[in-house]
Amino acid sequence: MSKYYLNYLDELESEAIFILREVWTQFENPVILFSGGKDSILVTHLAKKAFYPAKIPFPLMHVDTGHNFPETIEFRDKTIKNLGVDLIVGSVQESINDGRVAEEKGKNATRNALQITTLLDVIEENKVDCAIGGGRRDEEKARAKERFFSHRNEFGQWDPKNQRPELWNLFNGKYFQGEHFRAFPISNWTEMDVWNYIKRENIDIPSLYFAHEREVVRRDGTWIPNSKFLKLDPNEEIVTKKIRFRTLGDITITGGDESDADTLEKIAIEVSGMRQTERGNRSDDKRSESAMEDRKRQGYF
Amino acid sequence: MIDNNQLLRFTTAGSVDDGKSTLIGRLLYDSKSIFEDQIASIENTSKKKGHKGLDMALFTDGLRDEREQGITIDVAYRYFTTPKRKFIIADTPGHIQYTRNMITGASTANVATILIDARHGVIEQTKRHTFIASLLNIPHVIVCINKMDLVGYSEKIFNDIVSEFEEIASKMQVQDVRFIPMSALLGDNVVNKSENMPWFQGAPMLHTLETMHISSDINKIDSRFPVQTVLRPQTEDFIDYRGYAGRIAGGIFRLGDDVTVLPSGFSSKIKSIDTMDGQINEAFAPMSVSITLEDDIDISRGDMIVKSNNKPSVTQDLEVMLCWLNDAPAKPRAKYSIKHTSNLQKAMIKEVFYKIDINSLSRNLEDKDLNMNEIAKVKIRTTKPLMLDSYRENRTTGSIILVDDMTNETVAAGMLV
Ligand SMILES: Nc1nc2c(ncn2[C@@H]2O[C@H](COP(=O)(O)OP(=O)(O)O)[C@@H](O)[C@H]2O)c(=O)[nH]1
Repeated sequence: MSKYYLNYLDELESEAIFILREVWTQFENPVILFSGGKDSILVTHLAKKAFYPAKIPFPLMHVDTGHNFPETIEFRDKTIKNLGVDLIVGSVQESINDGRVAEEKGKNATRNALQITTLLDVIEENKVDCAIGGGRRDEEKARAKERFFSHRNEFGQWDPKNQRPELWNLFNGKYFQGEHFRAFPISNWTEMDVWNYIKRENIDIPSLYFAHEREVVRRDGTWIPNSKFLKLDPNEEIVTKKIRFRTLGDITITGGDESDADTLEKIAIEVSGMRQTERGNRSDDKRSESAMEDRKRQGYF
Repeated sequence: MIDNNQLLRFTTAGSVDDGKSTLIGRLLYDSKSIFEDQIASIENTSKKKGHKGLDMALFTDGLRDEREQGITIDVAYRYFTTPKRKFIIADTPGHIQYTRNMITGASTANVATILIDARHGVIEQTKRHTFIASLLNIPHVIVCINKMDLVGYSEKIFNDIVSEFEEIASKMQVQDVRFIPMSALLGDNVVNKSENMPWFQGAPMLHTLETMHISSDINKIDSRFPVQTVLRPQTEDFIDYRGYAGRIAGGIFRLGDDVTVLPSGFSSKIKSIDTMDGQINEAFAPMSVSITLEDDIDISRGDMIVKSNNKPSVTQDLEVMLCWLNDAPAKPRAKYSIKHTSNLQKAMIKEVFYKIDINSLSRNLEDKDLNMNEIAKVKIRTTKPLMLDSYRENRTTGSIILVDDMTNETVAAGMLV
C-alpha cells in the first residue's frame, strides 16, 4: 500500500481543522463554547492547531450554571491563561436573579434547561454569529442528524426537519440579521476516537476524568458527588469511593463510575470495554426518549 | 485500533422496506457497536410496538417525528469501529426527497451500498440509486441482494439479479461493483458468513468493507491547494510569517516545488509546510496544513496554489450536472451565489441543455424547468474565474453548490462535466 493515506485520527483532525478555519473566515464573531469537558477541550486543542503559529483568533465562551465542579473552573481559567485568549462568561445565576428564568424545584431539580436562556442571551449580547460546540453525532440520536454548520433562527431554535443540505466540503454559513449558527467540528468523532486522540496528543484534561477518591451518594444507579448543592434523602448515605467521570456536566447531576483508571492509557482501555453510552449517567438525558431533541430545538448546545 | 487504520465512509440506498435499517442495525449489533442501554431502550420500544424479538431497524431511528411516524426523514450518521477500520454510515431514506438526501449522503462516500429485495429483483429505484452513485462518482459499489431467506437462498435467483444489474450498470459509469447475497434479518453474510449459501464464494459485507482498497479514492496526482485563510501571527517569533492555510484538495506538495498561484498566475517555490507538530517535507490530500512561499505574493482566500506543470482550467463558463435541492424551482437567468472550494462568487444559470429523466435515464430536451430532486446539464457563468477540474478527476475541485441570496438556502449541488 502507498504511504500517501491518512489514518482515521489524522483524517478526523484534518477535517476538524478545515471546519474551524471555515468558521473563522465565514463568520464575523465566532466563539468556542467551552464547558471544561473533554469535547470542548478537544475542540480548543484543534483550534490551536488550525491557527498555529497564530493564536486562536476568537474568544472562548462559558455558560456558568453556578453548579460547577471547582476543578472545572480552575481548569477553564488555566486554559484561558495559557492560550492568551478572552473568556466570555454567561451566568445562569444572574439570569435567575434577573428573573429571566426560574429555578426548578424538587429533589431532581437541575439548572440544565435554564442554561438555554443564558446561552441565547450571551450569544445575543456579544453579537456572536457562530458558536462552535463539541457536540458529536454518536452521542445521542438527535445529534446524529446535526450538520457541521447548523442554522439557528432568530429565536435561537433548531429546525431539524428543515436543515440545509451539506455536500462535499462546501459549507454554507449565510444568515440574516439576528440568526446565528452552531458549528460542530468534531461531529464525526466517537467517544473512543476522542480518548485515543487525547492520549496520542497527550492533551491536558481535568483531574475529574481520572479515577480519584471522592465523597459520593448512590442515586439512580450512579455515584453522584457530594457538594454544597446536594440534598440528601433520609435513606441516602454519603460514602467515599474511587470513581471517575465519563462526561462532565453540573456537579448536581453528573454521576461517576467506580474505576481504577488513573492514566490516559487505562481510560482508553476502560472506554473500549464500556457497554453503556457515555450519557447514560446523565439524569438530564434520562427524562424522556426525546429529552435531548426537545432541548436542542429550543437552542441547547 | 492500530495506527494505520483508515476511515471509510459509506452510504446506504434502497427503496422503503428493502431492509436498509435492518441491515445497518445488524452491522452495528453483530460488530458489537451497540451499547447495552441502547439495546435496552430498543427492547422496550420493540415490545411496545408489538414486535417479537429485537427490531434491528430501531437502532437507526433518529428524531421524534420519525419515531412517531415510523419513517426516516433526513440523512443520519452512524459510527462503528472494528479492529481494522473506522466506519461512517450516511443513512439516507429511500422515499420522498430521495435524490436530494442520497446526493447529500453520497457526496463524500467511498462506498455506496445498494439494497435489492431478492423477491423483486432490479426495480426502477435500483436504477435511480445506481445512477446517482455513478453521477456522484462513488468509487465503490456494493450491491446487497437482501431477504435471500425469503427465496430459499437460491443461487439462481442471485445470479439472475446480478445479470440484471450488470445490464443496467453497463450504461452508466460505475466502478468496482461487488454483489453479496444476504439476509439482514437473520444475519447471513452481513458480519458472519452464511451457512445457508455455501455456493457464494465471496466475503460477507463487513469483511468486504474492512479490506477494500480505498487509498486511491482521493486524487494523488493533480496537486491542488485552495487557500482558506492567511495566517499572520505577528508575534516576535514569527514576525514575518505569512502562511497560507488550507486543506490539500488533490495530489502531493513538497518543499521546493515550483508552484503557481491562481488566478493571478504568479509563480514561486514552496518554502515550508507547517503544522503545529512541526515542519514537514511533503503533504498530500486531504491534509490540513499551512504553506509558505519563497516570494511575497498577494494571496487571499479563494486563490488556489497548484504545481506549475499541472494546472486546472481557469474559467468563468462552467458545464455542470446540477441537482436541484430546493422546493422553489430554479429561476432562469437569476443570480445565485456559487461556492467552489474556498471561493464564493455570483453566478447565473445561462442555459439548461437537458434534464435527465431519472426513471428512463433518457434526456429531456423539451421541459427545461428545474424542480426539486431533478437533475440537468446546465451552463453556468460566474462573475470571476474559478479554478476547476472535472468532477470525475477530483470530487473536491470539481464540485459546486448554489445558494439563493433571497433565502440563504443551499438550492443546488453541481458536478463539473
Ligand atoms: N425475511 C426477511 N425480512 C427482512 C430482511 N431484512 C429486512 N426484513 C424485513 O423487512 C421489513 C423492512 O425492513 P426495514 O429495515 O425497516 O426496511 P427499510 O425501509 O429499508 O429501512 C421489516 O419488517 C424487516 O424485518 C431479511 O433479510 N429477511
